[in-house]
Amino acid sequence: MTSITDTTLPITPRAMRDEMIVFVIMAALLAIVPWTGLYPFFVMQALCFALLACAFNLLIGYGGLLSFGHAMFLGTAGYCSAHALKVWGLSPELGIIVGVLGACALSIITGYISIRRQGIYFSMITLALSQLLYFIYLQTPFTHGEDGIQGIPQGHLFGFLDLSKPTVLYYVVLVGFLAGFLLIYRTINSPFGEVLKSIRENEQRAISLGYKTDQYKLLAFILSGTLAGFAGALKVFVAQNASLTDVHWSMSGEIVLMTLVGGLGTVFGPVVGAFVIIAMQQYLAGFGQWVTVIQGGIFVACVLTFRRGVVGEIAHLFKRSL
Amino acid sequence: MQALYAQLLVGLINGSFYALLSLGLAVIFGMLNIINFAHGALYMMGAFCAYFLLNIAGLGYWWALLLAPIAVGIFGMILERTLLQWLTGLDHLYGLLLTFGIALIVQGVFQNYFGSSGLPYAIPEQLRGGMNLGFMFLPVYRGWVVIFSLVICLATWFLIERTRLGAYLRAATENPTLVRAFGINVPRMITLTYGLGVGLAALAGVLSAPINQVRPLMGADLIIVVFAVVVIGGMGSIMGSIITGFALGVIEGLTKYFYPEASNTVVFVLMVLVLLVKPTGLTGRAA
Repeated sequence: MTSITDTTLPITPRAMRDEMIVFVIMAALLAIVPWTGLYPFFVMQALCFALLACAFNLLIGYGGLLSFGHAMFLGTAGYCSAHALKVWGLSPELGIIVGVLGACALSIITGYISIRRQGIYFSMITLALSQLLYFIYLQTPFTHGEDGIQGIPQGHLFGFLDLSKPTVLYYVVLVGFLAGFLLIYRTINSPFGEVLKSIRENEQRAISLGYKTDQYKLLAFILSGTLAGFAGALKVFVAQNASLTDVHWSMSGEIVLMTLVGGLGTVFGPVVGAFVIIAMQQYLAGFGQWVTVIQGGIFVACVLTFRRGVVGEIAHLFKRSL
Repeated sequence: MQALYAQLLVGLINGSFYALLSLGLAVIFGMLNIINFAHGALYMMGAFCAYFLLNIAGLGYWWALLLAPIAVGIFGMILERTLLQWLTGLDHLYGLLLTFGIALIVQGVFQNYFGSSGLPYAIPEQLRGGMNLGFMFLPVYRGWVVIFSLVICLATWFLIERTRLGAYLRAATENPTLVRAFGINVPRMITLTYGLGVGLAALAGVLSAPINQVRPLMGADLIIVVFAVVVIGGMGSIMGSIITGFALGVIEGLTKYFYPEASNTVVFVLMVLVLLVKPTGLTGRAA
């Protein structure tokens, strides 16, 4: 099986230094957003999707597993958080925890089922499982079917951070995103991450070296699903609703697209990809279904000519790992 | 009992679409190593082709049954020549992503011009009405769909498993380099195989046009069910795909009768069960 990325070199101190510099620049740029006049809702939404794409990238870029059903974690965490906040009246921090736990439980079950097959079958299974969940959510009463859960109270995080103020909410989302990003960064550079990369390169060989690859893949799946759930829980506070669109297969496709555009298996690619795709949707909103056509066109163009993605191409140009 | 038989018939019809589509997916995967995500979109194009033939060219159902698979098959072969052929040697996942992109483009374009609502397509005159079988009332058109799909499926099986052309095809699946050394034009065979698989999808589209209406997204959800069918049956055997397709259709029909709430999900639930018991699928080899 040929590799899908070319960042197979082990991390060197220099590469790590480069990546930390870029990380600090990224964090600083994001921190000054409220003073730039950019529409904060747009940036918050993009940050949620960026975290989601990073979580997805952990599986595909480092484990070689293409999940075509990651929207199920986004949607499940969204529904759990929304229900906890609105119906049970829990505080925001508990609401987030409920959502993350929901996604975590789901990822344990779906991971156990889907890692039983490799490669292309894995993608089809995750897609089918998310469709199964879509139909369940369509019918169960707690999701309110087509209407979704609307008008979710934002409340006060830890009792003193008023999330209904856009600036406060923005920094909360930003901190959540950066924390999730650093956790993923730490994971891919840990011994666990190295084993994961070896499974991507050659699973048979990893097995022959004595690694129980199924356990590594399951753990990566759970971590990815849980972090995707965290993104979904944050998104509830931004969008103040939880709906079926978040569980639909087209959402899973968008997550794949964001990561592909930014660069599969790059550290910063999914973030860039998420901002590009969300911005595109924002500006082309008036063009109706042409957005779908353009997204399809980007898929085709990326696969045929631009497989490294934006960040991957830049990294390749400067011979750096990003 | 009437309702049970009626649901069984609906199940058989859905089963024939599953069989035709998963058959095409299996044939394409064998030759191109690509899971064709655009299969649902091409199925939809088959139905639209029938609609255009009737409303623009005035050609009826029987012409559509012949011409739509050819037209969509040619479209598929152009796709293969211009886009898919560049994927040779790359990871399987890129094939899935590329064909997903193609599906989005095709479905998006049709949605722009035709919205999301269904366009009617009348049942041809010769197949209207019904027969009283004693235990149930059988609409002729529905009986026709089941029998005709079965014939096409078996013909495809015969073509691949029992003819010389099929033997070349199977040999090229195993070892394309060696088959080329014997002077057989493998790239052309790959193009024709993709055309064949796509043609089968378009044929299913024409068959379904009078039953399900012609809609831009008619294939979008169907293809995901067909993926589950493929996971259950495995892509190793042609006959396996046919039998699994029909069997799952029937099970879905039975579910509609006994527990309608689960009729959308039963195929996916079965997929989970099969994965837990026999991860390689019912007929498949390890992937």
